[in-house]
Amino acid sequence: MLPVTAKNLTKKYKDTVAVNGIDFAVQEKECFGFIGPNGAGKTTTMKMIYCFVPRTGGELLVLDKDPSIHPEMVKADLGVVPQDNNLDEDLNVFTNLTMYANYFNIPHGIARVKAKELLAFVQLTEKEKVKITELSSGMKRRLMIARGLINDPKLLILDEPTVGLDPQARHLIWDRLRELKSQNVSMIITTHYMDEATELCDRVAVMDKGKIMVVGKPKDLIREHIGEEVVEVMLLDTTADKLKKDAAGFLVTLEETSQKCYLYCQDCRPLLSHLTDKGYKHILRRPATLEDVFLKLTGRDLVD
Amino acid sequence: MIKVSQRWIKVWYRNYISFLKFFYVNLVGNLGDPILYLVAMGFGLGAFLGNKIEGMSYVQFLAPGIIVSSAMFAAVYECTFESFLKMIHLRTYDAIIVTPVNIEDVVAGDVVWGATKAMLSGLMMFIVVAAFGLVHSWWSLLIPVLIFLVGFHFASFAMLITAMAPNFDYFSYFLELVITPMFFFCGIFFPLSQFPGWVQGLSGVFPLTHAVELSRALVMGTVPARPVTNILFLIIPSIGLFYWAVWRMKKRMIK
Repeated sequence: MLPVTAKNLTKKYKDTVAVNGIDFAVQEKECFGFIGPNGAGKTTTMKMIYCFVPRTGGELLVLDKDPSIHPEMVKADLGVVPQDNNLDEDLNVFTNLTMYANYFNIPHGIARVKAKELLAFVQLTEKEKVKITELSSGMKRRLMIARGLINDPKLLILDEPTVGLDPQARHLIWDRLRELKSQNVSMIITTHYMDEATELCDRVAVMDKGKIMVVGKPKDLIREHIGEEVVEVMLLDTTADKLKKDAAGFLVTLEETSQKCYLYCQDCRPLLSHLTDKGYKHILRRPATLEDVFLKLTGRDLVD
Repeated sequence: MIKVSQRWIKVWYRNYISFLKFFYVNLVGNLGDPILYLVAMGFGLGAFLGNKIEGMSYVQFLAPGIIVSSAMFAAVYECTFESFLKMIHLRTYDAIIVTPVNIEDVVAGDVVWGATKAMLSGLMMFIVVAAFGLVHSWWSLLIPVLIFLVGFHFASFAMLITAMAPNFDYFSYFLELVITPMFFFCGIFFPLSQFPGWVQGLSGVFPLTHAVELSRALVMGTVPARPVTNILFLIIPSIGLFYWAVWRMKKRMIK
């Protein structure tokens, strides 16, 4: 049973196309990531999977069922952590979990045990009786994840799990998600953080303007689209044209912005020493990352 | 397609648990106004009225209407401001409808909860009225049924308005243009016969008018003039309003 298969999946609103005929399949026990600029259609895709938004075209199967026909059955096996926290502010931390369990028809006794377990899992045991409004944003996010796990979901959907959190909180959440991965929970994640995608996802799909541009393992995507390494040259005391001439003998792809040039290569050491010899000062050699792939594919212009 | 499942009870239960936390605040909010009306208008204004109204003292005339109107206000408040808050600001609806509980169930749960709050409010008011010695018949044991019907009607109506409301200000129109006129022209404060024919005709279509007539008959142990009309006017629009509200809310939330 595949967690998700989508063929030509489409979502149109009155005058916009949010998701424009995408195909993808999430494998069992896989952590599948969607990355892309704002408005790329990631969240809409998530919402179609968790039965919040009906699709306007194409095929979609979630846990072998069609969300438009059996939403209750699909939702019964999903864990959903949406982008915005929507914890129940009328209830305390513990009751948020047991009440949520009740929506899944989980008997109260079992729900209480499960809630205790999950609070320990996300390190919120001491906050059991605390009001939601008194939690920090990191704690709220962890509680959201705990809530998403209350029904032992077959598929966990996380829409920007660590947005707006400090590094400590992010690392704690990553730890927890890795642990879930080791327990074979299938996951779908959207994120703006490329390090997060690299860290957690087995495969990522880069989306832009409602389309999936590429899908693959982060490492493969980097190798395929960028290479192994990147040399960044600040255009402070030089020009892009001069740099192009100086780097001409090397096997590089060059991309320029107003401030910087990026040179992509398999092994950048010879290039680096050559440029140093030529007197370039503001220069940096580093491994290629998913962010390079992302910016290359979706462009460096601001998307609004 | 509209299908309400028994999962609405989950939503009702959530509201009930949340209500217990704010029990006393809720109580004062619900009872304060009706008691003021009863005391200020009934005893205050009533003292100046030499004539009896339809054979009873003014406070006696007033009390049965205040019972049903307090139910109406409780239902309206619950399913406008409270529901809107849950829908837009707290995103409680969003959180619930990604579980097996669908939006139809959420709306039904909130409406029945609104009717429950109406029942509580109306019953409290009934006890106050009884304590003033203004209840005269065992028929009044049917008051809970009546106020539940009133509650369900106005909760559904309010939920429909909530499904259409872009913001909180929208509720002012509903309250000022629909609920308040209904409150004053449904025969709570003055007999309908005081009004010109067209006002009487208009108030004849207000569900609250029919609730007031029934309430007065039950409290006094008299036979209402048009019981079948009263009951039909309470029940039939309720069913229409309820499904309309569910449909409209689904259209708003799932797009």
